[in-house]
Amino acid sequence: MGKKLLITGNEAVGYGAIYAGCRNYFGYPITPQNEVVEFFARELPKIGGNFVQTESELTSINMLYGAVATGVRAMTSSSSTGFSLMQECIAHMAYCSLPAVIVDVQRGGPGAGSTQTAQMDYAQVTKGGGNGDYYPLVLAPFSVQEIFELIQRAFYLADKYHHPVIVLSDAILGQMMENLELYSINFGPLPAKDWAATGQGERKYRNTVPNIWTFFNNYRDIIVNLGKKYQEITDNEVRFKTYEIEDAEMVIVAYGSSARISLETLRRLRPEGYKVGLIRPITLWPFPTKIIRETSHRVRNFLVVEDSLGQLVEDVEFAVEGRAGVHLLGSLARHLPTSSGMIFPKTVSEEVKNILCHK
Amino acid sequence: MPQIDHPERELLCGGPESYTGLPTMYCPGCHYGTVARVICEAIDELGIKKQAIGVAGVGCHGFMIGTIATDFVFALHGRGPGVATGIKRSQGGKPIVFTIQGDGDLAAIGMGDIINAIGRGEKLTTIFCNNAGYGTTGGQMAPTTLLEQVTTTTPTGRDPQVAGYPIHVAEMLAMLRGTAYSARGALTSRKNYNQTKKFLNLAFQKQMDGIGYGFVEILSACPSTLHMPPNKALKWVEEYMIAEYPLGEFKNVKEIL
Amino acid sequence: MLEKRLINGNEALGYGALYADCRCYFGYPITPQNEVVEFFARELPKVGGVFVQTESEVSSINMLYGAAATGVRAMTSSSSTGFSLMQEGISTLAASELPCVIADVQRGGPGGGNTQTSQMDYMQVTRGGGNGGYHNIVLSPASVQETFELVQLAFCLADKYRHPVIILTDAIIGQMQEGLELHRLDFGPLPDKKSWALTTVGDHDDPGRFIQNAPGILGSYRDYMIRITKKYQEMTEKEVRYQAGHTEDADLIVVSFGSSARSSLWAYHQARKEGLRVGFIRPITLWPFPTQIIRAAAQHTKKFVVVEDNLGQMLRDVQAAVQDKAEVHLVGIAHRHLVTSSGMIFPKTVLQEVKRLI
Repeated sequence: MGKKLLITGNEAVGYGAIYAGCRNYFGYPITPQNEVVEFFARELPKIGGNFVQTESELTSINMLYGAVATGVRAMTSSSSTGFSLMQECIAHMAYCSLPAVIVDVQRGGPGAGSTQTAQMDYAQVTKGGGNGDYYPLVLAPFSVQEIFELIQRAFYLADKYHHPVIVLSDAILGQMMENLELYSINFGPLPAKDWAATGQGERKYRNTVPNIWTFFNNYRDIIVNLGKKYQEITDNEVRFKTYEIEDAEMVIVAYGSSARISLETLRRLRPEGYKVGLIRPITLWPFPTKIIRETSHRVRNFLVVEDSLGQLVEDVEFAVEGRAGVHLLGSLARHLPTSSGMIFPKTVSEEVKNILCHK
Repeated sequence: MPQIDHPERELLCGGPESYTGLPTMYCPGCHYGTVARVICEAIDELGIKKQAIGVAGVGCHGFMIGTIATDFVFALHGRGPGVATGIKRSQGGKPIVFTIQGDGDLAAIGMGDIINAIGRGEKLTTIFCNNAGYGTTGGQMAPTTLLEQVTTTTPTGRDPQVAGYPIHVAEMLAMLRGTAYSARGALTSRKNYNQTKKFLNLAFQKQMDGIGYGFVEILSACPSTLHMPPNKALKWVEEYMIAEYPLGEFKNVKEIL
Repeated sequence: MLEKRLINGNEALGYGALYADCRCYFGYPITPQNEVVEFFARELPKVGGVFVQTESEVSSINMLYGAAATGVRAMTSSSSTGFSLMQEGISTLAASELPCVIADVQRGGPGGGNTQTSQMDYMQVTRGGGNGGYHNIVLSPASVQETFELVQLAFCLADKYRHPVIILTDAIIGQMQEGLELHRLDFGPLPDKKSWALTTVGDHDDPGRFIQNAPGILGSYRDYMIRITKKYQEMTEKEVRYQAGHTEDADLIVVSFGSSARSSLWAYHQARKEGLRVGFIRPITLWPFPTQIIRAAAQHTKKFVVVEDNLGQMLRDVQAAVQDKAEVHLVGIAHRHLVTSSGMIFPKTVLQEVKRLI
């Protein structure tokens, strides 16, 4: 049995990385993810790792680019507005097929927005906020324990597909304290990183990142191969969890902290006899389109709960194809008009009852 | 996967060992091919080809990735020093990491990056190719463009009232505490070439000895931006650029206190 | 008599801005949009305007932010990878609700990519590449003349909605030369008198104005969200623009934007000449997307072909509109004539695919 701790989600990010063998972190302080930067500043030197506090998010992501080009496991983290600054290099890492892990602890937007919680970065992380045809894998945990586990999985997936992986957390998950059991997860063997630029040493040929031969001569194939990789990821890596959807008359779709709130709603409504279920996407890209599409053949209504003005709802509508009603409970349903507002289980319950009784 | 290097290729005359053997992609009269050569020679003299990792940025200098036969990482525009930091630190400081950056890459978009890399006390080497204009994009003004110099974005000549003044990077970086070595060379004569190579050797040596940041600015001619034939472009560097940007060492310390 | 020119799409962007009375431009050189920067460097001083060559795209977008905050018409431009660097700034402009125009002359991606043409920025411009889930109106011209006209429209829409507007062209549209008729478009009076603009306290009677880039930190975040939600709804209802041909009787409809639409348009005309029942839809606003016309057409047309020079980005919006009522096929980057970055989707390739599918 692993060691147990009572810690915040942001520190669980740090533990996850260390348990995945990551020894390199580059980051810039931004609320609400400062605990991540502070964790690595404290813990990495103890185990011979490298921590650099950078001068900007631009430099964070580019240091990460340099580090992963040498084949090591490395990561960075930021929050919404800082994450926007990283878009160019995330796109570039996808182009160069580099394995990297980036954590986005979401806050309010657009722009500087607020320092409080929100889920407004869904579109920028899943639809490729930077230029070009790329889709990073996006993992969305909903508890401290799951943050820890998904960070380990993120490093594995990044190495497996040579592709950037984003872990999308938010201020609630990052700041709340829960029990965490520490253990390392074994995902099996990975291919060797014989492409890494580590200095030529005894190798016969030198390595360049990206490989300049294909870079100059074979652009179409680079992109078409990226397309094949996306297809493979879509076929193999979709992850989601369903809760009581078998007999449900309506289904809630939510991720991250909103999924916690929705799950609580389920626990309150089921004993009252409301037939409501929950689908929780764990990978936001690739999106669990299939399960929602299947479910849409037998339920009449979906309720998307997300703390934004409607981004996940677009993917749900895409999956449902007009067969069922798709409703949104978004940021306008927060309990306060200030940035400290949150969507409460009570509000979700009312909306569920409203839909079940009237629509 | 096809590789661009040909270690088995027969050597007919004495190119540097760390030259890939590929033709450069530069216009006639451009100094960047010579810049690549002087870097290759410095790398050979120090015997660091197998331990070195280069970082090239965006601009014509980026094509040196195909000319200098060390491991290379292609950085985004201006981000060389950050990428180099990631490489150097994650490899426990073992490889010798150098960035090649142009005047747009380093002095415009990447100015904050290099100042902060020096500020963090990184042990890296930067080779700054200053040709007083943007070659790749077709001849726009660079931060190092001379006053009154005509470019496509200063069509009536660089006017300090609207387009500001040339930035003297080597002098400026010499002021930073983390800089162990800062110098400016040119390639307009055999003498200047040899001096520049000496500068490069020293700048690499400061990194290898773990003293601090090594920086060399190399003045180069871009006949395309200047709209001049190669010989005139070279003369222009001698007459105007060196007058604005004096050659020599601006800092050379054995220890940073 | 109108003035006529033979110029490229990038210079047409510049003329469009001048004819819309834009007198401020901030930009950084990047291929393939250098002609825009050079145009303004040459022309703006002649008309007393302000041109600044910035040190980076991050600075370009922030200079634009400053200029837009004072209520003047201002713009910047870049190409894909430089545009990615602007995402935080664009998100901030959207948060502050400042009118401005940003042009993206697309090149190959992702990241550094290459300097040749592509249409890979559809997602980043329509889905808000920055944080916060904002939406910008995105105008996509398919000719030099249209580039000129849509830039003028962009300034009008930016002022009308007090919001950033994006012009999405690409290396082909930007670099090709066509005849351009210079004329000023009149869009009527604008409702907003820019009573929010920072013009110094001496100039107005307010106690002091303030541009808020963090709507959640001061004031009511909810009020802000309600306001922008209404704004996005209004844009979606009023600003959808598209070009359509033969959508009523088509067996197959080609949907395409920008330079690919030029290839597709030829294929569509050719197919019609040969008696094939082919229709054509070209979204001019990529956001808001012309979902309704496509959904309506999908009631009787059973096949759609999306032509775009990428792995299939607008494809998704078409699929969402069609709602499984018809097949949706893609002619994308795999159909380029060359493997190098100079590859393009040729009109005859589109025609071939159309014939194969019909």
